[in-house]
Amino acid sequence: MIGIGHYVAVSAVMFVLGVLGIFLNRKNVIIILMAIELILLSVNLNLVAFSAYLHDLAGQIFAMFVLTVAAGEAAIGLAILVIYFRGRGTIAVDDVNRMKG
Amino acid sequence: MIQAIAFYLFASMMILSGVFTIFARNPVHSVLWLICAFFNAAGLMVLVGAEFIAMLLVIVYVGAVAVLFLFVVMMLDIDFAELRAGFIRNAPLGLVLAVVLFAELFVGILVRSAGDLHIGKAVTASATPAGLSNTAAIGALLYTRYLFEFEAAGMILLVAMIGAIVLTHRERGDTRGQNVSKQVARRPEDATVNVRPEVGKGVQL
Repeated sequence: MIGIGHYVAVSAVMFVLGVLGIFLNRKNVIIILMAIELILLSVNLNLVAFSAYLHDLAGQIFAMFVLTVAAGEAAIGLAILVIYFRGRGTIAVDDVNRMKG
Repeated sequence: MIQAIAFYLFASMMILSGVFTIFARNPVHSVLWLICAFFNAAGLMVLVGAEFIAMLLVIVYVGAVAVLFLFVVMMLDIDFAELRAGFIRNAPLGLVLAVVLFAELFVGILVRSAGDLHIGKAVTASATPAGLSNTAAIGALLYTRYLFEFEAAGMILLVAMIGAIVLTHRERGDTRGQNVSKQVARRPEDATVNVRPEVGKGVQL
């Protein structure tokens, strides 16, 4: 079996890639949502790897819950994106603060 | 040996797909690379013996979430070139932050493998039972010990569904929809009249 350190390293790389994606594409909210999905994927990988190594299924159960929340978050995020686009004709999120009031 | 080859194949492909997800110029390509990353993550999970989560990842993420992303990217008419304007300007800060974050995570891994820290012991109540497949073991645990959490997850999905519908629903002026309360409030005496016409004459309404 591959060592747990390898799995943790791969998931750390994915996590950092997700954070980098948020910073690089600060205007494009679709890419930001995809970067969040990458972060959640790395968290899931971590949970599953530790669950397998500790022979404890709780990690896999919680990976399922993370998956549930990620699906809900993507649905709500894309819905907000669609109504934002409908109102403004663009999805540049650096002037979202005009939504207030 | 074959396990190591498979691990490095899946891991390198996943990281490569993640990089392309972030750096692709076309968001449609981004979504496709994201799907590739999910497939490789599912492969990694199969390697470690978690078939059910791997299957769930393929079905939920590739089948639902990624296709949803694809729908939205293709449905909205977005000028993506304009959105990439700040890419270079944001790059230094993002790269510095990424390097710092990765160094911190890597130091954590090194410290653990140096033997100073020990990961916890398994709680016996959630231990994998011998002679049970991964899916059966997860099912046996999910519907007993984690039943309330499971139902809470169902509530989260319900709230997300209702929220998405409420957010994107709009009344359109040019269509005539069904007005249920008006239909229910309609009474027979308002809608029908009882007349007795004479023979050979029509009915005036």
